Amino acid sequence: MQDEKTGIPIRTVKSFLSKIPSVFSGSDIVQWMIKNLNIEDPVEALHLGTLMAAHGYFFPISDHVLTLKDDGTFYRFQTPYFWPSNCWEPENTDYAVYLCKRTMQNKARLELADYEAESLARLQRAFARKWEFIFMQAEAQAKVDKKRDKIERKILDSQERAFWDVHRPVPGCVNTTEADIKKSSRMKQPHKTRKVSVQLLRSYVCSATFPCHPCSLLSYTEQYMEYDPFLTPPDPSNPWISDDTTLWEMEASKEPSQQRVKRWAFGINEVLKDPVGREQFLKFLESEFSSENLRFWLAVQELKKRPIREVPTRVEGIWQEFLAPGAPSAINVDSKSYDKTTQNVKDPGRYAFEDAQEHIYKLMKSDSYSRFIRSSAYQELLQAKKKVQLLGDRRTSFEKFTRNVVSVDPSLR
Amino acid sequence: MLRGSSAVAIDNERNKHPSDVIAAASAARARRSGRVGLATASRSTSDPHPAEMATHELHPNDTLTTLKMESENLKAKLEEERAKLHDVELHQVAEKIEALGQFVMKTRRTLKGHGNKVLCMDWCKDKRRIVSSSQDGKVIVWDAFTTNKEHAVTMPCTWVMACAYAPSGCAVACGGLDNKCSVYPLSLDKNENLAAKKKSVAMHTNYLSACSFTNSDMQILTSSGDGTCALWDVESGQLLQSFHGHGADVLCLDLAPSETGNTFVSGGCDKKANVWDMRSGQCIQSFETHESDINSVRYYPSGDAFASGSDDATCRLYDLRADREVAIYSKESIIFGASSVDFSLSGRLLFGGYNDYTINVWDVLKGNRVSILFGHENRVSTLRVSPDGTAFCSGSWDHTLRIWA
Repeated sequence: MQDEKTGIPIRTVKSFLSKIPSVFSGSDIVQWMIKNLNIEDPVEALHLGTLMAAHGYFFPISDHVLTLKDDGTFYRFQTPYFWPSNCWEPENTDYAVYLCKRTMQNKARLELADYEAESLARLQRAFARKWEFIFMQAEAQAKVDKKRDKIERKILDSQERAFWDVHRPVPGCVNTTEADIKKSSRMKQPHKTRKVSVQLLRSYVCSATFPCHPCSLLSYTEQYMEYDPFLTPPDPSNPWISDDTTLWEMEASKEPSQQRVKRWAFGINEVLKDPVGREQFLKFLESEFSSENLRFWLAVQELKKRPIREVPTRVEGIWQEFLAPGAPSAINVDSKSYDKTTQNVKDPGRYAFEDAQEHIYKLMKSDSYSRFIRSSAYQELLQAKKKVQLLGDRRTSFEKFTRNVVSVDPSLR
Repeated sequence: MLRGSSAVAIDNERNKHPSDVIAAASAARARRSGRVGLATASRSTSDPHPAEMATHELHPNDTLTTLKMESENLKAKLEEERAKLHDVELHQVAEKIEALGQFVMKTRRTLKGHGNKVLCMDWCKDKRRIVSSSQDGKVIVWDAFTTNKEHAVTMPCTWVMACAYAPSGCAVACGGLDNKCSVYPLSLDKNENLAAKKKSVAMHTNYLSACSFTNSDMQILTSSGDGTCALWDVESGQLLQSFHGHGADVLCLDLAPSETGNTFVSGGCDKKANVWDMRSGQCIQSFETHESDINSVRYYPSGDAFASGSDDATCRLYDLRADREVAIYSKESIIFGASSVDFSLSGRLLFGGYNDYTINVWDVLKGNRVSILFGHENRVSTLRVSPDGTAFCSGSWDHTLRIWA
């Protein structure tokens, strides 16, 4: 930005009594940004410019509040010495010296603002003991300043003031020097990277990865776009926009919408994810007397969710119900998984049935699930006409009551 | 069915014998000998085959410098191999897709009540309640739809950087500078003192940066400034699994959305995003293309990819099956770091909260920005899309949370 040829044009402006050195206007900045940073919208340029001002890289010469205005207001660049990237956090004593020095200079334009006067008073109380020392420092600095060239002084004074506007902002303004504690603790100690394992890298390079078109992302997104409320307004409405919670009430009801039922056909995970889908799937399988696979899968999922204390009993329970010789809901797993599981059950952990579960999942996916989607039960749900309006009228007050009780008790979910 | 490398994570702190580790690596390779054949074909004959290198024992001559050099060589080779298998760019494939129209996204609710910077938030599965935490130690549960506060807890520490809602909606977890993750059961009785029921679950040796319940109220996954992630049993506080492999503070994590999967991704100050197997504790994939700290990671809804937001002012998309970065979301005019990212329900939109107080909305497939949202008056520190995708919530250092739709 400060480049002589391609940067912002800096000039000295003649004002009523004197010259204003080294300035540029707010609109100059905005225009430069639009041209050089590929910004289409001036609002964006203004926002970015305001942030740069708030951080103290340039500043309005006649205002403590650091914002950017897209007009003729004059701005000046901050000297690199005062750039925030130097990460110099000044102390309150430095601020005290500065404010003290300001009071020594007899210029109307350097008079303290109200909040500055208040700060000075507070600092005087806080540093009462060493005030003489602070005063001396202020005097010394003022002396040095007086020796400088008038124009140079004007510029330096404004830059110093802008520095303090960043580190001691006007009350109500954002303090841009506030840092995220996670990062600031690392800034003080340069970070020690722990040794990266060489063996890890060796094994990475050994494995081959297959080229995979990111097309799968495309097809997933395209399939779900009609379900994405940001892209397809939900039916009847988005509760956040209309203030009407009908959409949520419909989803909580036991009668799934056509759109929701349609989604179950996308893949077995959709059925397993949706509690109503699971229920319908289970119901269908029970009607065929082949529900043991799904029940096993659900039981193992539940096992993994329980506290570690409950694991041994549950493992035993699942084993007895589904896998032990003569089990009431015997499932069919391949011999390898069966042997492994038999071993695992002796020292039961949350993953005791992992192999068996994976096998059963594949079986369900290729067999039971595809039968479910082709079943008349599913097709009926899919064809069901929307019953939204009718539902509202037909529900008796008793039904409403029980529905509310059910939705509050989490164990019934 | 996890592709990518079967990495053997070394934990320098645990003092595993190197030969055990190398043996495991070569055993893993032997199982996939078919694939190794594919990779060998493309290597030059003059370089020592990395497979052979891996079978060597660690020699006493392997000083830090030689190992470092080898590490750099291997990293370069890895990128080379990945580049060779490089297919088409995502945005090229996406050219045929219709462009998105204009968006009207506005703040629909503003939640005021925190007295200091909002650092983290999470949605309840009921799609309307949220929990948020702030720098002054306050954790608040809101019904975002009505903007009413339902519960409030004051933590004994400041900078509560992580909070999470339990799947049942009956508890919240939070932590930060206290190096712990605590669980508070939510009582229906408003007068009950929540702090009394607090349960300390996780213990780290540095700040807690993120926490998340798995699909159960009984397990919590945490990440910490001590460079590790860990899985805990809530009831007993027992450590179920720990995850070592980041070279610096871990700042974020996200669980894979699968019903069957057992993986999660984490991002750290070492610029790496690692994918972990929750059962074995191993790092199964790693990505290092960011130029600075990774502040946020989030899975794409199908679980086949994830996005990251970083201090380098970019967001990136990584495809897990292709095992590489497939998109970068950046603009010359965006010079502040991205603190938090999340996808819309279909994965078509990526919302990013930035340190320049704005939220940028990206077209995930085409790679361009579709919208910029102004409103917050200080950094956006946290952003999550609601469970049914009808809205997203942003939390900021300006003490407020906003719901956008």
